[in-house]
Amino acid sequence: MVSVRSISSTPSSLTHNDLPWVIEHNEERCTLCGRCASVCPVGTLKLAYMRKRMPRLVLASSERGSSYKTFVGIRQNTEVGKRCIGCGSCAMVCPNEAIHPVHNANDRFRFQNTQHGEPAKRGGRRNVPGASLLDRIIFDRISMLTDPALDAGRHEFSCNTLLGRVLPPEEYVRRKLAGEWIPPVREIFPFIIGSMSFGALSPNMWLGLLQGVAYCNEVLGIPVVMATGEGGCPPWVLKSPFLKYIILQIASGYFGWDEIIRAIPEMQCDPAAIEIKYGQGAKPGDGGLLMWYKVSKLIARLRGVPEGVDLPSPPVHQTLYSIEESVMKMIQTMSMAWNFRVPVYPKISGSTSAKSVLNNLVRNPYASALLIDGIDGGTGAAYNISMDATGHPIASNVRECYLDLCAQGKQNEIPIFAAGGIGKNGNVTQNGMALIMLGASGVHMGKYIMQAAAGCLGSEQNRCNVCNLGLCPKGITSQNPKLYRRLDPDQVAQRVADTFMAIRTEIKKVMAPLGRSQSLPIGMSDALGIEDRDVAERLNIRYIC
Amino acid sequence: MCRLAMKTASEPFSPFSVLQAMEAMQEGYDGSGLGLLLRGLSFADYNHNPGDPILSGIAHTEEALGRLDLFMNSQGFELKFDFEFKVKKAMIEAKDRHKYILRVYRQPAAWKDFSQERIEHELLMTRLALRKDGEAHGNDLTAFSLWPEVAMIKEVGWPLEIGIALGLDSGRIESRICMAQGRQNTNYGINLYACHPFFIQGIATMTNGENTAFTPIRDWLSGRAFPGYIGYQSDSEVFAHILHYVTRQLRLPLEAYKHVITPLKNEELARHPQGDFLRGLRDACRRLIIDGPNAVIGTLSDETSLLVMDAKKLRPATVGGKPGEWAIASEMCGVDAMIPDRDRAKDFQPMREHTVIIPPDRQELQIWSQFDRFPVPQAA
Ligand code: SF4
Ligand code: SF4
Repeated sequence: MVSVRSISSTPSSLTHNDLPWVIEHNEERCTLCGRCASVCPVGTLKLAYMRKRMPRLVLASSERGSSYKTFVGIRQNTEVGKRCIGCGSCAMVCPNEAIHPVHNANDRFRFQNTQHGEPAKRGGRRNVPGASLLDRIIFDRISMLTDPALDAGRHEFSCNTLLGRVLPPEEYVRRKLAGEWIPPVREIFPFIIGSMSFGALSPNMWLGLLQGVAYCNEVLGIPVVMATGEGGCPPWVLKSPFLKYIILQIASGYFGWDEIIRAIPEMQCDPAAIEIKYGQGAKPGDGGLLMWYKVSKLIARLRGVPEGVDLPSPPVHQTLYSIEESVMKMIQTMSMAWNFRVPVYPKISGSTSAKSVLNNLVRNPYASALLIDGIDGGTGAAYNISMDATGHPIASNVRECYLDLCAQGKQNEIPIFAAGGIGKNGNVTQNGMALIMLGASGVHMGKYIMQAAAGCLGSEQNRCNVCNLGLCPKGITSQNPKLYRRLDPDQVAQRVADTFMAIRTEIKKVMAPLGRSQSLPIGMSDALGIEDRDVAERLNIRYIC
Repeated sequence: MCRLAMKTASEPFSPFSVLQAMEAMQEGYDGSGLGLLLRGLSFADYNHNPGDPILSGIAHTEEALGRLDLFMNSQGFELKFDFEFKVKKAMIEAKDRHKYILRVYRQPAAWKDFSQERIEHELLMTRLALRKDGEAHGNDLTAFSLWPEVAMIKEVGWPLEIGIALGLDSGRIESRICMAQGRQNTNYGINLYACHPFFIQGIATMTNGENTAFTPIRDWLSGRAFPGYIGYQSDSEVFAHILHYVTRQLRLPLEAYKHVITPLKNEELARHPQGDFLRGLRDACRRLIIDGPNAVIGTLSDETSLLVMDAKKLRPATVGGKPGEWAIASEMCGVDAMIPDRDRAKDFQPMREHTVIIPPDRQELQIWSQFDRFPVPQAA
């Protein structure tokens, strides 16, 4: 046995088998081009010269018994900070299919991911693989008793939703006849690109999304809107006619709002809405966080801060004495800024207290909607513990809030929007329509759009998920021009259009057999079933088996 | 599938003639029941005061009838006429029909100084109290309507046979309007309240087809805190309640009904002279948008009749007639049977944008298109 000191073994020593992703490299196929090592975002790959002994039985004493052979191989760095993240960029660039990462469920890395006392952080998602609750809800009220089935391809479908405060009919008629103020209402596509900031996203990604959204609106007739997230909006967008497709977010750091307020006199149109962020499903109780790697010159200018510093937003708004007071003040202020022509609504994280916020909004005549972001929501950067274990699943939260509104007869007045895990396993339309039938007026999706429109590599097995570090191998969430130039905005725009066209067709494919075509089936819970008695009871839908 | 027949005429006629018309449409309907609403009544044996409330329903037991009498007395209603159906019991499928009720009351003296609106509210509350009483006693009392000039019958069985069983062919009761529908809600467990026509405060509708948007509409109406918006054993009951809501609660003209249940599309609203008002109305009444192939036939207290199509126009309905006499039916042969001597070339089958209105004078049809202006003075 060798002495302990002669091998390196510290508490944090890991072998490649201890890592969550293990590189498989096939030397037979490797052409030694070196592309994998140069593309690897975390620098885990090393091309190394290695030597191996070639033992040989030789009888003649004039010859040496063994010879040595040198070869070039791949080494995987096992340092905690440089572990493979499984992004698969190496596999993508390898001309010869010689390398790829393999997921290792047995890792010991998780116990070491607290170096220097810093708890584990990541970007991306919650990492709960398998079918989500939304994936398990099916549409079982097929209209065949007395109806000819509708034809999704031939009939006209009205799939849009409303964002904005809707008056009770009596009050609407009274105000209209009296010529009084009617709150602004936008008719939009019920699948919304959720708030991802200019800062979290690269300029190319943002541009691609915006181009795609404009194309959906202006060419395809799908009124898609996208939310900015905290951090403002590029000035050229603020002064462009595309602003009407944008929901501007204001959050507790107020980043970017100087620019926005200054641009108001020059705006050609109003924004789609203003979203006041109070909370986020991925990290309730935390403010936004843009890590210093991503605070480039452009971002610094937009946000009015120095370059290369961490930009944490406080967990609460400075005005916050109570949520009631804050919501009231901020909603009123933001409404006033656009002369009461723009819907203003808060975004909160899913929570058992969502209902009390909602009831507060019901009494505020300027509140336009409520967006609830469930625990499966994504983020650019958060502590693992916040992402994994803090928050509330979206389905029961939305359902409870909706039924509460129904009990007051106000379900048409304050639309509830849902976010958090919609399409996380790819079933975006099914997930969204399930939430709509549970009572949501529409859904916000972030991760799905990054995956569908830009090829984000993230998965629920903690693949990649380094959006926080500015290393995004696809150039989606990086401010490094070397990385984001990989992403062609035109191609992103094309994929945005593809995605929304597909969602629109799928909405019709869901609505047609239910016999619905005249309006989005919000709250049509009689069409839902799930093979789980407890969930069925909790959501007040049908148990099926 | 439901078959619907409605006739309106200036001269009272026997409901039996409408039941015979339904026979003409028998192909394709299951004839599992009959729902009948008569309006503008005349009894052979009694000359009633047009303002007196008339109660229609069924007492399924003697005890229920006793409770009914007691309740009506306690409320101050005075029984003026009790229309005794000459029932051939053997022909009625259901065996728990102690007495079919069709009674004319004098309204309570205490209501003398009540406004018309208050009286109408009290009538509704009285009917609901009777219904509740029946429901609390194992459904032994069914109350269909309590309203001046309105009689309702709902029963299980073949429509014409029910008519004979109840003696409707005797000519002892006639009306200026008769709405008939030939089906019980066989999709679900049979419940007499689930059978069309539906009635609320003088407003009645019947529909064929299926209303797939039923659940959200029901949830919204139930949240109105209006006592009459209950029941919903049938997905079609909401059509009556929406008509009630639009005309009585919102106080909008009849034409607005169409805009509420089947609003125009954005591009159509953009061209409509009242597009701005209508777009807001569509948003405010969004939960009342119906979905399904439906033809809705309705009648109002003033004896106006109407026919509205859903936006998909997948259900047929025809209206035809002549001054003084009009018929609406889900099949053309139904109209033929009700008014054979009309000019058939003038029959009309409304399209998705139409509301057909037959005003109380019954002189001509009004065919109103949703694309046209409608009378809300300052609204546009
Ligand atoms: S999978 Fe990604 S992180 Fe892992 S070695 Fe390949 S390029 Fe590097
Ligand atoms: S590809 Fe980019 S956006 Fe997607 S998980 Fe990786 S770093 Fe995040």
